[in-house]
Amino acid sequence: MTTVYEAKPRGLSRRDVLRRGGKAGLGAMLVISGSAVISPQFAWGLETSGLAPETVATLIQMARDIYPHDHIEDRFYAIAVKSYDEQAGKDATFREMVEGGVADLDKRAGTGGYRGLGWEDDRVDILRQIETSPFFQTVRGGLVTGLYNQKEVWPLFGYEGESYSKGGYINRGFDDIEWL
Amino acid sequence: MAAPYDLNDDGVVVIIGSGAGGGTLGNELAQKGIDVVILEAGKRIEYEDFINDEWESFGQLSWGDKRTTSGDWRVARDFPNLPAWIVKAVGGTTTHWAGASLRFQEHEFHTLSHYGKVDGANLLDWPITLSELEPYYAKAEDKMGVTRTNGIAGLPGNNNFKVLKAGADKLGYKECHTGNMAINSDFRDDRMACQQTGFCFQGCKWGAKWSTLYTEIPKGEATGKLEVRPQSMALKIEHDDSGKVTGVLYADKDGNQHFQKARLVCVACNSIESPRLLLNSASSMFPDGMANSSGQVGRNYLRHTTGSVYAVFDKPVHMYRGTTMAGIIRDEARHDPSRGFVGGYELETLSLGIPFMAAFLDPGGWGRSFTSALDNYANMAGLWIVGEDMPQEKNRITLHADMKDEHGMPIPDVYFDDHPNDVAMRNHAYAQSRALYEAVGAIRTFPTPPYPSTHNLGTNRMSEKASDGVVNKHGQTHDIANLFVSDGSQFTTGGAENPTLTIVSLAIRQADYIAQEMAAGTI
Repeated sequence: MTTVYEAKPRGLSRRDVLRRGGKAGLGAMLVISGSAVISPQFAWGLETSGLAPETVATLIQMARDIYPHDHIEDRFYAIAVKSYDEQAGKDATFREMVEGGVADLDKRAGTGGYRGLGWEDDRVDILRQIETSPFFQTVRGGLVTGLYNQKEVWPLFGYEGESYSKGGYINRGFDDIEWL
Repeated sequence: MAAPYDLNDDGVVVIIGSGAGGGTLGNELAQKGIDVVILEAGKRIEYEDFINDEWESFGQLSWGDKRTTSGDWRVARDFPNLPAWIVKAVGGTTTHWAGASLRFQEHEFHTLSHYGKVDGANLLDWPITLSELEPYYAKAEDKMGVTRTNGIAGLPGNNNFKVLKAGADKLGYKECHTGNMAINSDFRDDRMACQQTGFCFQGCKWGAKWSTLYTEIPKGEATGKLEVRPQSMALKIEHDDSGKVTGVLYADKDGNQHFQKARLVCVACNSIESPRLLLNSASSMFPDGMANSSGQVGRNYLRHTTGSVYAVFDKPVHMYRGTTMAGIIRDEARHDPSRGFVGGYELETLSLGIPFMAAFLDPGGWGRSFTSALDNYANMAGLWIVGEDMPQEKNRITLHADMKDEHGMPIPDVYFDDHPNDVAMRNHAYAQSRALYEAVGAIRTFPTPPYPSTHNLGTNRMSEKASDGVVNKHGQTHDIANLFVSDGSQFTTGGAENPTLTIVSLAIRQADYIAQEMAAGTI
């Protein structure tokens, strides 16, 4: 299970974060550094601009809780929520909705906030409480394309995508089923 | 050479729409030496430019103009502005269609007589019979190169078909094969054979699947008697003091409006836009819309009783490889009220890629129940249910009270409630499909709700009596002799079969009638 914690004190260098992340036993976690959300283990970072980095980290967790795929890395969820950060930078009403929505999640979660809840079931219980809200529906609706329309994730589901350039499947297994 | 016609040429036949109905009719008339202008709302996109990518292709081809929905159907909740998944491009929805080409069964032309009255349903017999249409079905099958007709071999079965067939055998179904498909199983009509690419819905990049875009339309253009005018959105049909149609007002790609004069006008814009255009053509002489003395324009909207069932196995299937819909079971297409409903349904192979599966498997669904289905995508098989739905007067296309398009014309609202017969049929089909897949070892099955409609039918229905419908047995409107309907909106009832072959057959038949009447000087 992915857990997220906030690095304190703030201001770790990216190099520090990555070095720490290299240590065994740290697990898959997201670290906030300045305006960035960083995954030390998988060596990627997401620079935020429209939303607070803590908010983006929560959105990444929320995205995974909505569409949990244990074999899909956080970076794909991060890419999926990046567009919310961009839109928030252009649209104050949208930013307020997202920041407000995340604040509400944290409030419902109590001490430690949404990301502090260790079990997916506990976080999903909270999402169920707000699933009809515009905030939830906006985040979920955007993920349908934001997550599943990333060409890089298709092979992780066993979907091969475009086939015309390879001559279709006529010589590449359109009828190769053997177990029937 | 494509013939450019003058806006003031009042001798031309103007066809609105270039899909299965309009594209076929245009070529058939041009072959007879009749001057034709096709106004097509969409762009001309040749098949090399189609895209093997579900969302990108959707953006390239689909009809995305704003529409609204109402009624109790789930599409209205999940896709409130996308009632239909159809195409805005030259070739219309024949670019997107899967190729399944089935004749109606004899009894489906007279459902009221055969089924008897069904509460809440506006059943009506067609004014034509199967035997009258058979010669045209034969011509259409030859034109389109339908497999298992005219000595054309069936397509080879892909993995998804093999799963379907194994389940059909286990359940004792007798009529299961790779379909009657307007997709070349071998080189024919200057078009190559299917390469088992998948992406049939995204437009066939090989041109192996029949589409008016690269068959009827260029053949018609080669006569010098057909002009296709893309990005020409029909706004209004106009008429003279005698009530005769005089031409069509349309907007070009820059929004500039033009009036194309016409000797006669054929409406073939699919079952949402066709009634919309007639309703938007209201005048002081026709206050309720054109050709609407019966009040039936826009009513009896049909969309087939559809649904999908996907099943997950413990081993790979790779259902997306190969021809999407080359697999059918026809045993349930019969009329057998002992099943608890009238009419019947077909079961046909279907697959979606990951992007569309995420959007359509259970729209709005989330959490592990949903995602664990996608985790097993490679081990998934799928089928589509296509059944006869009940015509209901309340299911209809209306003009939106407030919302207008960029040309100032009211947009359409699509109202649809399932009839209890539709629900009973769908539930039966879900249960049969689940049993079929479980018989070959499915671990989980997913009864998937209907997608936005591709089989839009019935909104300008054909009837013997002028008071019961909009057009006569030739698709000619009861009210106006030089106004025709040439698409699936003229269907009196929907049958269980994919509609394109019947639309094409009716268009060939209509061309004969128009040529005969023009020669006789009656229109």
